[in-house]
Amino acid sequence: MPIQGTTAEKPTAIRVAGLHKSFGTHEVLKGVSLTAREGDVVAIIGGSGSGKSTMLRCINFLETPSAGTIEIGSEAVSMRPDGSPSDRRQLERLRQSLGMVFQNFNLWTHKTVLENLIEVPVHVLKLPRAEAEARAHKLLARVGLAEKAGAYPAYMSGGQQQRAAIARALCMEPRAMLFDEPTSALDPELVGEVLQVIKGLADEGRTMVLVTHEMKFAREVASHVIYLHNGLIEEEGPPAEVFGAPRSERLKQFLKTVG
Amino acid sequence: MVCPPPAELSSLTLLGFGDCGWGATLLWGFGNSLMIALGAYAIGFCIGVSGAFGKLYGGPVAKDLLAVYTTIVRAVPELVLILILYYAVPALINQVLLGLGYERINLPQFITGVVVLAVVQGAYQIEVLRGSILAVPQGQIEAARAMGMSPVMLARRITLPLMTSNAIPGLGNLWLNATKDTALLAVIGFTELTKATFQASATTKAFFTFYGAAMALYMAVSLVSILLFGRLEKVSRRGQRDSRG
Repeated sequence: MPIQGTTAEKPTAIRVAGLHKSFGTHEVLKGVSLTAREGDVVAIIGGSGSGKSTMLRCINFLETPSAGTIEIGSEAVSMRPDGSPSDRRQLERLRQSLGMVFQNFNLWTHKTVLENLIEVPVHVLKLPRAEAEARAHKLLARVGLAEKAGAYPAYMSGGQQQRAAIARALCMEPRAMLFDEPTSALDPELVGEVLQVIKGLADEGRTMVLVTHEMKFAREVASHVIYLHNGLIEEEGPPAEVFGAPRSERLKQFLKTVG
Repeated sequence: MVCPPPAELSSLTLLGFGDCGWGATLLWGFGNSLMIALGAYAIGFCIGVSGAFGKLYGGPVAKDLLAVYTTIVRAVPELVLILILYYAVPALINQVLLGLGYERINLPQFITGVVVLAVVQGAYQIEVLRGSILAVPQGQIEAARAMGMSPVMLARRITLPLMTSNAIPGLGNLWLNATKDTALLAVIGFTELTKATFQASATTKAFFTFYGAAMALYMAVSLVSILLFGRLEKVSRRGQRDSRG
């Protein structure tokens, strides 16, 4: 992976090396690697079934890798030979430093937006409730949902739910954010408001790994782009190169079809 | 006081609490029925919750044992189970006690009744609760895992509240069954409502009066229960939109 200028001195936030993942006999990831330093925005693009979501979900072990190593903040997740995590407490601690945003928002429907935001800070991170609520209100204001604190997710639009889900992830003050196709379940007119929030996070220097179908957006916010095809990295580099001067035929074809 | 022949007494007197009335007997039986149902239901709920999580997330041995338990209990008529357990459980306990060098004990009928019905309730509740856990959207569980919640906290703070609204209709059915299953304990001679009614009507020959009164009491329990479960369901559905539009 090309390392440019100052990024070389920044500490590593996430490092994935030699990652394999099989579902039964079907090998979805055939040895992929990724490094995100503090402040990097790594975008993973690729066609349907290329393994991009699986790669992201292996970082916090929502999918158990079959082989490879995962480091969060230069601490390797301890794994058994079969890839399953061997230290539950370590994994829980490391997960608390990764804010995950899902395609389908996955807000807890029995809790209000505010309760969603403070759930983990109060009950897992043991933050005083008043402090967590103050943090939550600040974040809600930032994503434009200040007056939705008491609302239940089912009564909000998809765009509002996804912005609330981003605020929920931020409320843990994570070291890095993981986005799994955050706009794929949204109506087209709601995509913009969510991308704007994510762009704001990129601009303030947050570390993120982002799986997306929004090529224009990836080109705009990413510092590094990875193109996955059939479980392998076909091409990667700075967005200007990957989008501006694709080398492989497959990537050229892919960029043509997604426009 | 010597009571006149029952045929000369009014229904009110027969059901009353005077020297010639059977009201106290019926109420005593009614109280017993309720307490047995409550006890059996509560224990059954504990069996149900742990069994449901065990069946879904437990090891292979736990899963097999639970499958055997729910299959047998749900396959055999409750009356047969009650008779088997009523005679087998105390015998088993006494065998163990004698083997350990202790003396035999007589298990109170009340305790045996609660345990027997709890075993039946547990088997059915496991299945109701297992289904309602499976109906919790996987994504919401994943979100909690992704944020570093421990499995116990996840079950307590996310899965249990989310599964409740799915479980309440089924659990309500089982509670109504529990209140009426207590009548089966009449066959082992336990004085619950049905047995008390039987005694009163056999003595006075006022069958209609007493069975009518018993029916009214069972109905009252059911109606109050249906109301309470309705409330519970409403509370547990907070945050959900009515899908009927």
